[in-house]
Amino acid sequence: MTRDEALFEFLLRMGDNTLILGHRVSEWCGHSPVLEEDIALANTALDMIGQTQLWLGLAGEVEGKGRSADDLAFRRDAWDFRNVLLCELPNGDFGQTLMRQFLYDAWSLGMLDRLKTSSEARVAEIAEKALKEVTYHLERSGDTVIGLGDGTEESHTRMQKALDYLWPYVGEMFEKDKVDEVMIAAGIAPDPADLRPRYDETVSRVFAEATLTIPDGSYVHKGGRTGRMHTEHLGHLLTSMQWLQRAYPGAAW
Amino acid sequence: MYAQMIKSEASNEDPAKLEAFQARIDAGEKIEPRDWMPEGYRKTLIRQIGQHAHSEVVGQLPEGNWITRAPTLERKAILLAKVQDEAGHGLYLYSAAETLGVSRDELIELLHEGKMKYSSIFNYPTLNWADIGAVGWLVDGAAIVNQVALQRTSYGPYSRAMVRICKEESFHARQGYDAIRAMAFGTPAQKRQAQDALDRLWFPALMMFGPSDAESVHSEQSMAWKIKVKSNDELRQQFVDQTIPQIEYLGLDLPDPGITWNEDRGHYDFSEPDWSEFFNVIKGNGPCNVDRMADRKAAWDDGAWVRDGLLAHARKKQAANLAAE
Amino acid sequence: MKHEWPLWEIFIRGQHGLSHRHVGSLHAPDAEMAVKNARDVYTRRNEGVSIWVVEARHIAASVPSEKGPMFEPSESKIYRHPTFYDIPDEVGHM
Repeated sequence: MTRDEALFEFLLRMGDNTLILGHRVSEWCGHSPVLEEDIALANTALDMIGQTQLWLGLAGEVEGKGRSADDLAFRRDAWDFRNVLLCELPNGDFGQTLMRQFLYDAWSLGMLDRLKTSSEARVAEIAEKALKEVTYHLERSGDTVIGLGDGTEESHTRMQKALDYLWPYVGEMFEKDKVDEVMIAAGIAPDPADLRPRYDETVSRVFAEATLTIPDGSYVHKGGRTGRMHTEHLGHLLTSMQWLQRAYPGAAW
Repeated sequence: MYAQMIKSEASNEDPAKLEAFQARIDAGEKIEPRDWMPEGYRKTLIRQIGQHAHSEVVGQLPEGNWITRAPTLERKAILLAKVQDEAGHGLYLYSAAETLGVSRDELIELLHEGKMKYSSIFNYPTLNWADIGAVGWLVDGAAIVNQVALQRTSYGPYSRAMVRICKEESFHARQGYDAIRAMAFGTPAQKRQAQDALDRLWFPALMMFGPSDAESVHSEQSMAWKIKVKSNDELRQQFVDQTIPQIEYLGLDLPDPGITWNEDRGHYDFSEPDWSEFFNVIKGNGPCNVDRMADRKAAWDDGAWVRDGLLAHARKKQAANLAAE
Repeated sequence: MKHEWPLWEIFIRGQHGLSHRHVGSLHAPDAEMAVKNARDVYTRRNEGVSIWVVEARHIAASVPSEKGPMFEPSESKIYRHPTFYDIPDEVGHM
């Protein structure tokens, strides 16, 4: 695998995470529990769509086949997507959505913080911008997880249930394969495993305050970032997301 | 996005106070929350601003219907930002209503109980991507015509909310026109969608200004109080006059064979909307009334545990802070 | 227990060093969330660099019916305004 082939894969992983999760979050628009949260969630989704344009835009550039960010987003089938499974899981209730967001944000912050000093200047530049956005996302999703975990009995129960459901998907974010090895060797991206201590520290602190317990069991669901096996949910998401581009090929919008 | 004008209350207050109040309004003074005001003025405002706020929030739904299907990343971001703005507008307007002694939650409950209305336009479906263009262009366009006038309304908080909203609203109309323009100048299939959207949404957009002044017996008091500043027919004409050249630029067929330039009046003539359809939609028989209300209620009811949970946590924290002091 | 989140008044300082200005209100469970909500609601178009929030019930205001005694006495103090004075052209800008 050449440096650029690996870099392309790595950029798809970054861009597909924000594309798919941003899409999920945007599904809330108009349906949130209160206007203030509706507006805040839309801001998060907008930031992630913006990050997608940058990551996938660069991916297309590195690939060198003339594909734009839109081509990559709207014209690939499920097996070519490289997002972690966590991002494509359904929204569930508001608690599950915010728990998923928190679990992702905590990883994303650590990753971007390392990418800031990437040997690849274009990667560092995107990370620098995205880091500011994600810092706020994490603050907000962390606060909400704490507020709901340590809220009423009902909100606590729901948040614990969300954590139990989502936790087995966390491990995938720290997996390592050939792509990562090339990235590490080139000084472009960190070893995913190196992000784990800081991650564990963040989530432990928040869950302690939220009175939530990380479930036992070390099983990890994976297959998203390698594309080997996504969940059934991704296909449905892509069906709506890509519909216009697929139904009217060649049209400009 | 738009307030349908509603009837005002009869009043039996002190004539001297009423007269002084009217004099302030006639002098162009703004009425502020703590000022004396006739009960009818207060109630009319609560209903009009509340209805306007509800329209913004229900108005998120037809456009929100396409956020997950937007054809490019940029269009997705634009649409999401736009629909998010509607939530913001709802928020500003609820805040303005709250200065009159009613809470946002009370207003939302009245809406869900069917005791308050929202603009009839949002009971129409969005069926193809061009509808998203047409809603921004025509529906927000009509709303702007109405809201620009309402910036001069006599109630200070309402007027200030309108100023803020109008600033944000012109982005809405422009993004809509931009989206439908891409389709009108696109492939034959896209052009067909654009024409379909225009044909379906034209008359509902005209209905947004409310029934003809001749039939609208309730606007007189609202005009005197400057809760309303221009008549329904004036605003509708203004909208038609500004929109027809925009249709022509797109190369789409006019949605109404009755549209002709009237040299004597210096305005376009156009066909009356079908007002029986309008009143049916108001009564709850529009294509989407039931679904829209069900969606709003579900969001509100399903969100109750979130609102309660966050509040309970805030109170615990506050109690802990007090204990620590 | 009343379930509605308290109402907060939001003040924002814009880019150019002016004072915080009242921009509107919103609901939030506590002050920290009010600041965050204000960021999300009222600075979407790059409007601010600093946010103040005050719970609406803590604002004390002047009484409208006392507007006369409160504000009219200053109307007659026209000598407080620079335009009250004629400065000869020869003196130049002052």
